[in-house]
Amino acid sequence: MTRRLQGVAALTAMFARARAQSRAAFLPYFPVGYPTYAESLAAIAEMAAAGVDGFEIGIPFSDPIADGPTIQAATQTALENGTTARDCLDAVRGLRERGITQPMLLMGYANPLLAYGADRFVRDAGAAGADGLIVPDLPPEEAHYFAESCAREGLALVFMLAPTSNDARVKLVGERSSGFIYVVSLTGITGARAALPADLSAFIARLRAQTDMPLALGFGISTPEQAAQVSKLTDGFIIGSALVRAGGESLDALRELTQATVAAIRD
Amino acid sequence: MTEATIRADISDLPDARGYFGEFGGRFVPETIIPALDELEAAYAAAIADPEFHAELRHLQRTYTGRPTPVSHARRLSEALGGAQIYLKREDLAHTGAHKINNALGQGLLAQRMGKRRIIAETGAGQHGVGAATAMALLGLACHVYMGTVDIKRQQPNVFRMRLLGAQVIPVESGSRTLKDAINEAMRDWVTHVRTTFYLLGSALGPHPYPMMVRDFQSVIGNEAREQIQRLTGQLPDVCVACVGGGSNAIGMFHAFRHDANTELVGVEAGGRGIASQAHAARFADLDISRPGILHGTRSYVMQDADGQILETHSVSAGLDYPSVGPEHAHLRQLERAHYTVATDDEALAAFQTLCKLEGIIPALESAHAVAEAIKRAPTMPRDSVLLVNLSGRGDKDLDTVIDILGGG
Repeated sequence: MTRRLQGVAALTAMFARARAQSRAAFLPYFPVGYPTYAESLAAIAEMAAAGVDGFEIGIPFSDPIADGPTIQAATQTALENGTTARDCLDAVRGLRERGITQPMLLMGYANPLLAYGADRFVRDAGAAGADGLIVPDLPPEEAHYFAESCAREGLALVFMLAPTSNDARVKLVGERSSGFIYVVSLTGITGARAALPADLSAFIARLRAQTDMPLALGFGISTPEQAAQVSKLTDGFIIGSALVRAGGESLDALRELTQATVAAIRD
Repeated sequence: MTEATIRADISDLPDARGYFGEFGGRFVPETIIPALDELEAAYAAAIADPEFHAELRHLQRTYTGRPTPVSHARRLSEALGGAQIYLKREDLAHTGAHKINNALGQGLLAQRMGKRRIIAETGAGQHGVGAATAMALLGLACHVYMGTVDIKRQQPNVFRMRLLGAQVIPVESGSRTLKDAINEAMRDWVTHVRTTFYLLGSALGPHPYPMMVRDFQSVIGNEAREQIQRLTGQLPDVCVACVGGGSNAIGMFHAFRHDANTELVGVEAGGRGIASQAHAARFADLDISRPGILHGTRSYVMQDADGQILETHSVSAGLDYPSVGPEHAHLRQLERAHYTVATDDEALAAFQTLCKLEGIIPALESAHAVAEAIKRAPTMPRDSVLLVNLSGRGDKDLDTVIDILGGG
């Protein structure tokens, strides 16, 4: 077995593979500790087997201001199960030991990571086999806590852009983000929506004109049909709430939605 | 620390990135960063515009009833046998608390920015009432997020907000108090950011809120500094205010920041006592409180070892919050202000004392400041001056107090 690429290099390879197949990379979000610690690992392993391209591994926080009801409830359950940032690092290590090779980004709000110790967290994340970090309440202006250590460990530190981001911010995030840019599809919080925003392609075109970074779209994408549409527009996409809901129902429901999405972007 | 270093350290804060020393900043999702930039620019333009000041001053005089008086608490001072206690009477401001100062300021700013939809959070309901009042006056739609625990213990204010035309939106998540109301307000703002103005009620949250709320509340200290000198011929020896998020305190302290001989004392909610861990004493219980990030700002935060935010307790809804405005964290670090606690019991005792000796029913929040005055005055000379910010009146708390003390 060849040695797995890690960090930014792993993400770059992931996007290149998807691009070669004329599709976007599919990155599910799933929080550690929901419905239980063991079940969350089983859920992620199931999605890995179904052929997703990478993962956002959620670290629960008591006050998730960017999240809608589904992820709020799931991460609250994870906290009630006693899930800590350390458990999330252990989860990544455990998944690597199970032979899962897809890139994994840890995604969580700033305070639990700072409580762990920013430098220590990045070092331990790298050692556990994570490839990057996404901190939704940490814009580039405040990223100094993690920027140096991520650069040193070769981990991606992914920043976000939103429909409200003006040209100056697109430029800033384009310069500072590594691995890719997380593009928030709409002004709002996470959660399934009936349809994709109408002005999505114009928004993506505006970003493309200003940055060469891979763009991964998240928020409000929930169905295989929406994934197929997005797959033509962007380099990657994230499905969170819909998979979390399915994972809360049963492993079968999760497998079904994941497989349908994987198939939809390959049609 | 010399007067000159204090002056240099606190004069021009926050800095351009919204920091008071190592506290403050902007820890929010990207979606609202451009809105904060827009707000910061609009605020800078407003305070450079004499017309904005004239309009705000006019409303303060003709609507809020400013200046609010400073009263000598003669019987209380006599009973304690020490310092002369003076009360800055924010309880006499329209709506019964200092919160209206900020609500009118931000309301006028929202109007200038052409925002027609206003959202706010509230704990005790005083900011919610202030916001609802200001928006009724200015003709703007007002939505107030409030935790269901607070809705239950502050019924009169819920009814007031509805009378004033605001929509009160119950928040069921988390501890169902102020912290969760702010979470929901921020989620609303992220969703409706282009059309909505977030009227944040305390000197916390992402930059520019801590600065802007302080500036709108600094009318308290600016008035009081003049009034107390007129009344007593001197500056106060000690200035006391309660600290939840810390807007009434920072509004009072700001005017005195260069007066090195005036001791500034903030009073946090000691709840059932520090040892019980059922409190909101962010500066007093460093076992469970340390610098962290909540609601967009870096300050002291009550949190467990894993960085999860802890639930707090106070008999007063307005102090029941796990973090504190970043400028207070900075003033504390500089030792320019000191912070202490009053327990639920001490606040309730002070509440009754002020009723009986001065004929003033204080808000339970403000009663925490009175409790500190009661502790401190006897240790001070009779010719010394202790100024208390009486940030609000207690009508809203009667149900709570009746429950605890009994109706008889």
